[in-house]
Amino acid sequence: MEEVKESHQKRWIHLKKVLERPGPFTHPEFEPSPDILDFILSTCKILIIGAGGLGCELLKDLAMMGFKHIDIIDMDIIDLSNLNRQFLFRHKDIGVSKAQVAANYINARIAGCQVTPHCCPIEDKKEDFYRGFHIIVCGLDSITARRWINGMVVSLLNYDDNGVLDQSSIIPLVDGGTEGFKGNARVILPGMTACVECTLDLYPPQVTYPLCTIANTPRLPEHCVEYVKVVQWPKENPFGVALDGDDAQHTTWIYEKALERANQFNIHGVTFRLVQGVVKNIIPAVASTNAVISAVCATEVFKLATSCCTPLNNFMVFNDIDGIYTYAYEAEKKDNCTVCSNIPHPVDIDDPCKMKLKDLIDFLCENIKFQMKNPGLTTTIDGKSKTLYIPTIKMIEERTRPNLSKTLIDLGLRDGQEIVVADVTTPTSVIIKLRYTISDVEIN
Amino acid sequence: MSSPAPKSPEQNEKSKKYDRQLRLWGDHGQKLLENSKVCLINATALGTEILKSLILPGIGSFTIVDGEKVSEEDIGSNFFLENDSVGLPRAHVATQCLLELNPDVRGDYIDESAEHIISNTQNFFKNFDVVIATAVHEKVLLPLSKHLWECDVPLVVCHSIGFLGYIRLQIKEHTVIEAHPDSESPDLRLDKPWTALKGYLDSINIEQLDQKEKSHVPPLAILHYYLTKYKNSHNGALPSKRAEKEVLKQMIRDSGHSEEGNNRFILEENFEQALHYANSCVTPRPIPDHVKAILDDDSCTNLTQNSSSFWIMSAALRELVQAEGELPVKGTLPDMAADTLSYVTLQNIYRKRAEHHAESVYRRAQQIARNLGLPQDWVTESEVKYFCKHASELHVIRGSCIANEYQKSNLDLSSYLEDPDCLIFYYIILRGLERFISEYNVYPGQLDDQVEPDLLKLKGIIGKLLNEWGYSHVLRDERVHEVCRYGGAELHSVSAILGGCAAQEVIKIITHQYKPLNNTFIYDAINTTSATFCL
Repeated sequence: MEEVKESHQKRWIHLKKVLERPGPFTHPEFEPSPDILDFILSTCKILIIGAGGLGCELLKDLAMMGFKHIDIIDMDIIDLSNLNRQFLFRHKDIGVSKAQVAANYINARIAGCQVTPHCCPIEDKKEDFYRGFHIIVCGLDSITARRWINGMVVSLLNYDDNGVLDQSSIIPLVDGGTEGFKGNARVILPGMTACVECTLDLYPPQVTYPLCTIANTPRLPEHCVEYVKVVQWPKENPFGVALDGDDAQHTTWIYEKALERANQFNIHGVTFRLVQGVVKNIIPAVASTNAVISAVCATEVFKLATSCCTPLNNFMVFNDIDGIYTYAYEAEKKDNCTVCSNIPHPVDIDDPCKMKLKDLIDFLCENIKFQMKNPGLTTTIDGKSKTLYIPTIKMIEERTRPNLSKTLIDLGLRDGQEIVVADVTTPTSVIIKLRYTISDVEIN
Repeated sequence: MSSPAPKSPEQNEKSKKYDRQLRLWGDHGQKLLENSKVCLINATALGTEILKSLILPGIGSFTIVDGEKVSEEDIGSNFFLENDSVGLPRAHVATQCLLELNPDVRGDYIDESAEHIISNTQNFFKNFDVVIATAVHEKVLLPLSKHLWECDVPLVVCHSIGFLGYIRLQIKEHTVIEAHPDSESPDLRLDKPWTALKGYLDSINIEQLDQKEKSHVPPLAILHYYLTKYKNSHNGALPSKRAEKEVLKQMIRDSGHSEEGNNRFILEENFEQALHYANSCVTPRPIPDHVKAILDDDSCTNLTQNSSSFWIMSAALRELVQAEGELPVKGTLPDMAADTLSYVTLQNIYRKRAEHHAESVYRRAQQIARNLGLPQDWVTESEVKYFCKHASELHVIRGSCIANEYQKSNLDLSSYLEDPDCLIFYYIILRGLERFISEYNVYPGQLDDQVEPDLLKLKGIIGKLLNEWGYSHVLRDERVHEVCRYGGAELHSVSAILGGCAAQEVIKIITHQYKPLNNTFIYDAINTTSATFCL
């Protein structure tokens, strides 16, 4: 019996209409042809990052849009609180890898689909892995992970000797994010359009409570919870282990202590739900918003892979608190972006005789442009490489710790000095260039 | 003395499972959701995507009405139909697949067309809280719309064609207590403090505090102190103009400066916040227009035995406003730089006032219900508390019947037609498409060799429609062409976008929280844009 060619099957009739007919709004390079469907069915490789609220939807959407070769990566396991929206998971799957269960479900449901799961952190995969995909799509809740993958796709770019970008090295990154009834979707053409780092100021700052407030003048139930979390827990260490927000015993202990503290100050409103929210920094989530944002991202992946429409340029926000609101605009690429601008980044130093290495590290963490977490710094002095500070390796940390309290001048760093900075927010290093604003610095 | 800590509530399975959404619409919203009954007409890809986002958060039950059999094309766009189900009743297969999503939800199906049910079992649809219709065309849509309008069951109509989406909400009257606005100014009433608040704030003399006390005094006390001073020197008038507020702010700045180091002055955080509140919180808060309109609405002033608890509470609120000249105090205080004792004291003053107002509205509401001969529990105290807390966000939507919109000879679109990029043109094309289907029983462009001739026919139909409405506008050919290119194709990812949007509107209708769409939504996935029209 003759096998019917996959792309001739009736089930793809919907896709064939937009792929095999000319239209007024297609990409200028679009040539209607059955080859396009063949390409997405048999050649195109997609990577989905995250198998949570967005990832489950993305996997279904892309598989239904004809993509057969999909990899999905997520290090998490399934929790009961995922089931209200992560629809590929059932009660029996609790405790099992998200990527694995999601892949199995789709492979069983959609004929011919070959989803490959990767149950590990994204940092475990190297450049060669990421280079193997035509398009990468993210459904993450972590900004740090987003910045990392963004740095990765930028690092895969090739420039020729004249600094001209090799277009074939571009792997488009489609990114979605949600919070409650709000969400956004974006298309990043690395090196061409605004990247995650160019628009870092779009992410709301994390809510933090000053230590003096939570210790001395608590007013809100959140202040009481935070106090127990950051002061009482480390001091009393009730279970002899680090605090785990997913451990009911731990949360219960915090709840009881927070309630005690709240009662002492006559503060109302400490509930178990609130305690969990503060301890785990929970972001509210609902099926509908995840469905919308994932489907917007999947539509963009389809457009990028087929050229049947011009893709989103390049940012879309969604909010359905009051009616249904959407807004699409072009986020601007930053000429001096720390990740995608391909140049060293000047850092102005007022007084290198007073500024200590610790101050420089604080600056890299607090500055809106860098927003690093735990940077490590190395440089070259008189042709020899010198480790200034590496926080992540215990032995080197101990050896380089004294440098923190030395001034830049004492460390031998000069005007124009280039320092290589490594941080969890980027898979490649960032190069900063010190710029001393006072002209004559005496170096002894 | 504080009460002993109650036993930690080890949360039950359900509240753990729904935790992430309970943080949005609360246990009371969830309860309404769990008691709701939803009907879906036609288990298309769009239809099942809508149900998916309703079943996951846990509606009570759903019923699918669909007389079609599963086709191979269906399987290509609809995730909730299994590969080997070709030829089986679509309603049955979709129901089975969807039920898998959440064991808390009940589901059944009727293997009959909506058309058949409308003409044979008139009362069938009355039993639902919401009816959702996808791929329902004029012939069925108009009688369905008329029928549901008469029996006051909300109807959500959705279409997904190629890169184009449409959602239309038909609801006679919808009331919202908790609109959850994105931002709101705090309700402080410093322009007209009640006795308890005034008494407390008057007791704090900012200028007699030492430096340490001064840095911990609540911003409201600072603002009140200088506002009183300002009033005393301005014949009791409040600052309203910008320049007047500037005078008040300068008084605060002068007092709050402290010296630090060599001639560097900094303003304490609580004084900074007092300045911030001076911008928006010293003028009387007018009752918002949409709330005024509710209090003057016929449904509020002419109550009957059929009045809903919303209108009884509105009538009670109206009495309170007439007696006190203001809306109930919200009773929540934003966090502000202050010592614990003063903050908690202030917070209690606001909370007590809110409780006092809520009790007063509750008493009045009970009296009103009694006078109407309604049962004692027609309005509950907890309901009144929410109502008063959100009194400034109350919202009423009165919709229109789809059948009327279709039968109108003069649809007023003039304000939209001036802009050639306006998405209203897709609405017009979709109306043309509906008529095309009524006339030819296929989608325009459904057959590969008919795209060009169908394009001409569709253009003719649209021209006629515009003529009927009295417009001489000509549509851009390319948009009509684009819709013919689709040939009725349903793209899964576009249906998934629409499905999420429509599901959220259904949740809003059921929970009476958040403001629903009013009333027509067009989504253009080519440009990732959308627009809402009130038709």
